[in-house]
Amino acid sequence: MTETAATGVIYGPREGYRDGLTRGLVLDLHRRMVRIRLFEESSGKLVETGDMPGFLHLYVGQEAVAAGVMSVLGDADQITSTHRGHGHAIAKGAEFRPMFAELYGKTTGYCKGRGGSMHIVDMSRGMLGANAIVGGGIPIAIGAGFASQYRGDGTVAATFFGDGASNIGAFHESINMAAVWDLPVIFVCENNGYAEFTAQSSHMKLEDIAERAASYGIPGVVVDGMDALAVRAVALDAVERAKSGAGPTLIEAKTYRYFDHQGIKGMRIPYRDPAEVEAWKERDAIKILEAIGTESGLASTEDFAAIWAETQADITDGIEFARNSPDPDPADILDDVYTV
Amino acid sequence: MTTRELTYVKAFNEGMHQMMASDPDVFLIGEDVAGYGGVFHMFDGLLTEFGDRRVKDTPIAEQAIIGLGVGAAARGLRPVCDLMFMDFIGVAMDQIFNQAAKMKYMFGGAVSVPLTITTAGGGGMSAAAQHSQSLEAWLAHIPGLKVAMPASPYDAKGLIVGAIRDDNPTIVVLNKKMLGVKGLVPEELYGIPMGVANVVREGTDVTIVAIARMVVEATKAAKELEAEGISVEVIDPRTVQPLDTDTIVTSVKKTHRALIVHEAVEFGGIGAEISSQIQESAFDYLDAPVARLAAPFSPVPYAPILENAYMPDAARIAAKVRALVERS
Repeated sequence: MTETAATGVIYGPREGYRDGLTRGLVLDLHRRMVRIRLFEESSGKLVETGDMPGFLHLYVGQEAVAAGVMSVLGDADQITSTHRGHGHAIAKGAEFRPMFAELYGKTTGYCKGRGGSMHIVDMSRGMLGANAIVGGGIPIAIGAGFASQYRGDGTVAATFFGDGASNIGAFHESINMAAVWDLPVIFVCENNGYAEFTAQSSHMKLEDIAERAASYGIPGVVVDGMDALAVRAVALDAVERAKSGAGPTLIEAKTYRYFDHQGIKGMRIPYRDPAEVEAWKERDAIKILEAIGTESGLASTEDFAAIWAETQADITDGIEFARNSPDPDPADILDDVYTV
Repeated sequence: MTTRELTYVKAFNEGMHQMMASDPDVFLIGEDVAGYGGVFHMFDGLLTEFGDRRVKDTPIAEQAIIGLGVGAAARGLRPVCDLMFMDFIGVAMDQIFNQAAKMKYMFGGAVSVPLTITTAGGGGMSAAAQHSQSLEAWLAHIPGLKVAMPASPYDAKGLIVGAIRDDNPTIVVLNKKMLGVKGLVPEELYGIPMGVANVVREGTDVTIVAIARMVVEATKAAKELEAEGISVEVIDPRTVQPLDTDTIVTSVKKTHRALIVHEAVEFGGIGAEISSQIQESAFDYLDAPVARLAAPFSPVPYAPILENAYMPDAARIAAKVRALVERS
């Protein structure tokens, strides 16, 4: 871990972050990432074939960020997510059946078919909702963190957002207020290099978004977002700091989305060099973890193959469940506009 | 019930004190609400009584103020978030209309957002275009929100209590020019539920539906008209969302004439909705077209002579009523 004097940015994680690695942790992180990968690939295809309505912002490529952060959070800890939110929900423990059902617009979905892809919620697991407004979840997360502090219940809140969202006013307002009040919040910027189709170099002067932390008087940490163990290590530090009452941390995870802004094929706008995409895929988060697992002897290729197979079976079951679930009744269209 | 005379702002303040005393989940945040007690003294004494854990000054950051309230409310607390001037609501609008208002519905009922937003609206103080607006129609248009506009000290207390007790995001818009208006207010804690209109004055010839301070002006006009032999019923909807259409329609079926008065601009104002509801439900009872009296379609001007011309008042309300009666 090095800190640069000029910007105060910490390049994490601390040395030796892989020490003491256990088989349980390797398999846990692997399972979280594989579940995301297969859910995204299968739902992406279902939309392309017209089997599923709407459109999807797929999380493939960024799995290590959700898996790493979520592995240090409990069900009572809260998160807010983004339009690219399936990965956060799954890593937080959301189940395939109600997720697929929601994407299919069925009553058995997480939102009873009212929300769809961009509004997955699971209150029982502290998933305070995905959000279709870029940066919209950031102020909500500081409210969740405020509730933790107000009640003194020892929980924390984490908010996920992209490089693009770090330019909106609500980001500045929220991180400043969280800093001033020492709120137990972890700001997780998933820098995938693009705000929709606009490259980072065209939307900010900075290379490291974590530099922004200095202007709020809090730590800013850059981490390799393709290394789930590295993400986990810096998230652990941030959670510890939050729980100690010292306040928030800004984590910038450098990552990449393999698919387009939206959908698998997207709009085919040539805004990324195919070589760039391939280079990131070479450092695929799941491959990296599998290599760590086998090289350390903590897990075997058979272990990983079993997780892929189990997950694929869960996917098939979830899709089947969703397809066979009842449609919502238009007569109920006004239900839940208000709490009565 | 012991009642005594209190100003509008003191009555509101008493409601805040009593709700914070009765429910430990209620907290207050906003710009200068703690140490200063709010720029209109709405929150005087709360910091002293409840401490800085529950009464907090914020940075000037309206999106974060409301967003924090949304997140805390989703976790079961009952935040009161102050926006000082209603004109500032635009800064926080995403958190109000995309987040607070929609969470319940788009999450399939999984979350309730018992958030109260307090703010002060209305003109008449030469506060100009960005400190004088009445934006209630904008908010009433959003499914999921409730909007309360107290027009008396009794309602200022009852509606803030009712709003905090309500499990939905509710905006309570105090009227700046009414802060010092006195009226009888019970000492006890009481809440007025959202969506229950107040028949301020009974009458038989014309129904005036008046919003916020226009209730006071309409009541003045009604007294003046009584001397001329015109009997006016004044209805204060108290909340524009939900809107107590039943009380309004019942009144119009009795009087056969309706005038709607508000400070907000006429075009697309809440008066248009009320007018439409009346003609849909009581068309056959009407002796004249439903009339509206509201501000012209311009920003609120600064110069007193312009602002006086801009806002409806008792004299103009009376003239409009006379025209309605003469027509039929």
